[in-house]
Amino acid sequence: MSALAPPPPDTETIVSPRSRRSSRSRRGNAGWIYVAPLAVIVAVVFLAPLAVLIFMSFQDWPLLGGPEFNGLDNYAAIGTNELFLGAIGFTLIYTVLATVVIFLVSFVLVAISNSRRRGAKFYRTAFFLPYVVGTAAAALIWYASVNDQNGIANDVLIKLGLTDGPWGFLNTPQQALFTVLTLVVWKFIGFQVIVLLVGLQAIPGELYEAARMDGANTWQRLRYITLPNLRPTLALLFILSVTGSLLAFDQFLVLTRGGPDNSTVTIMFAVYNTAFQQFDLGKAAALSIVLLIALVVLNAIQFKLLRPKDD
Amino acid sequence: MTQHIDPPVNTLAGSPSADPAATTPPRAHRDRLQGPRRRRSRARSAVAGTGYHLFSGILAALFLLPLIWAVLNSVKGAGEANQQPPTWFPQSFSLANYEKLATYGEGLGVYLGNSFLLSGISVAGTVLVSVLAGYGFSRYSFGGKQLLFGATLLILMVPYATILLPLYIVLGAVGLSNSVFGVALIMIMFQLPFGVFLMRNSFDAIPRELEEAALVDGCTDFQALRHVSLRLVLPGVVTVALFSFIASWNEFLAPLIFLNDGSQYTLPIMIVGLQSGAYGEVDFGALQAGVVVAVAPVLIIYLLLQRYYVGGLVNGALRG
Repeated sequence: MSALAPPPPDTETIVSPRSRRSSRSRRGNAGWIYVAPLAVIVAVVFLAPLAVLIFMSFQDWPLLGGPEFNGLDNYAAIGTNELFLGAIGFTLIYTVLATVVIFLVSFVLVAISNSRRRGAKFYRTAFFLPYVVGTAAAALIWYASVNDQNGIANDVLIKLGLTDGPWGFLNTPQQALFTVLTLVVWKFIGFQVIVLLVGLQAIPGELYEAARMDGANTWQRLRYITLPNLRPTLALLFILSVTGSLLAFDQFLVLTRGGPDNSTVTIMFAVYNTAFQQFDLGKAAALSIVLLIALVVLNAIQFKLLRPKDD
Repeated sequence: MTQHIDPPVNTLAGSPSADPAATTPPRAHRDRLQGPRRRRSRARSAVAGTGYHLFSGILAALFLLPLIWAVLNSVKGAGEANQQPPTWFPQSFSLANYEKLATYGEGLGVYLGNSFLLSGISVAGTVLVSVLAGYGFSRYSFGGKQLLFGATLLILMVPYATILLPLYIVLGAVGLSNSVFGVALIMIMFQLPFGVFLMRNSFDAIPRELEEAALVDGCTDFQALRHVSLRLVLPGVVTVALFSFIASWNEFLAPLIFLNDGSQYTLPIMIVGLQSGAYGEVDFGALQAGVVVAVAPVLIIYLLLQRYYVGGLVNGALRG
């Protein structure tokens, strides 16, 4: 870490706004030369598509044809589209379960990783490594491990005497959801652990010293120092976890393929199917917009939760 | 991440639900009441240490096993890799799965090349645009500055997955459909909020007197950036490059949608293709060999550069 931006983060924030506004800041439009590439990319690859998306959601637009205005029909149709309604319901359930499980397990892993014992660093790395594995590759590892023919997970369960034949990890909607949850915990929890560790180490040690002098016990230190100081980090992780879960796609496309019986189709999966299997861009765009609004609202809430603490 | 801060360690490790060593504090307390019995308390801490390592070791093994299992399976003989029930350890070492992989579809080399091309363009583009923009934001005042910075950060709020459909249209309009360059452009766009934010903070953190000295010595603005400041923000540059590499190397959705031509596919698309199998029969040996090839580069690069990753989280990602 010492090799990184030399001053610690705090001093950096204090110094930077002042120095940026200093009289020596170069004025005029010369700065545009440096930000021009950014501006072009933001305009062409972000703002323009965003505008097209909004336009698209008000059109009847087959993938291989032209658009035709149809007002709010696409939005109205969401209410009667079984694929969409099922996808929204399933995505919400998945989001709640994934977030809760990841939070609970991550506290255990953080306790291990934050220990001063020898080996803690190794454990930390082990927990984090799956995070750099791509979701598609991770889903394939799971697919190879849980398949009915020669999946090692079935073999382990059989050898432990827990099941007679293959357990059927992807057979029922519940089993498929369970299997995907094990995958996402394995794949994503390392990020949460690292971020929590960073948050913990940013808490000034003097606070704990002072609390100990005042006779606070372990539980009280956790309750009155660690948790309040960790609140912004926890809020951020909560939003990231919810956002990521609402957008889940890869793991379902590869591992469950939406099955069994379309029971594990997520919102992004439904958007993908509607646009690229049914070639109905308008309907897919309307569902995208609904998802997008949900995400913007979530971020606005996060903004409210986090900013007062920061300032 | 090297320095340790002691108190939080105790607090968390001692939290009742979180650690097998949680029983330590009350015992230690009892010891104190009974007077100093060092040998026994040392024995106890050894027991607690063993408990800690037993519990943590099992958990760490659970996290590493899926990766180890994929490697083990990939070096089994073709028959053994698909055998039912599976063997836990390879009975013989064979590269047959990798040989099969090498000639799959367009050939492994093509997909590897595409993946490296996509990552290379993404990393180079992200770094270039982020450094220039970070410098501009840090050193200049100009009209529309706040607006552009705000629009860049807005990308974080609107994940590209939700704008994939119109991107499909827009990329088609600028002639970049079915092209690795188009996908790279999306990857770059998505990394920019983090990259620009991190680079702006990095430039803010170095004294501009250094650049001014260079200007006095007759450098142009651009030379001052290239020869003086860029060296000082190099750690930030590595971080931006690392994040961009991991994201673009692993990306599945964007190549899936924007590349229609088998000869353009990247590794993640290729290995998922293996899952569909030829004639409905999945070759698990080749599949896991593919997984190993797709995972190894990113794991190695992460392990080499992990301090930059964590540094990036501390200085950029978490403060955005």
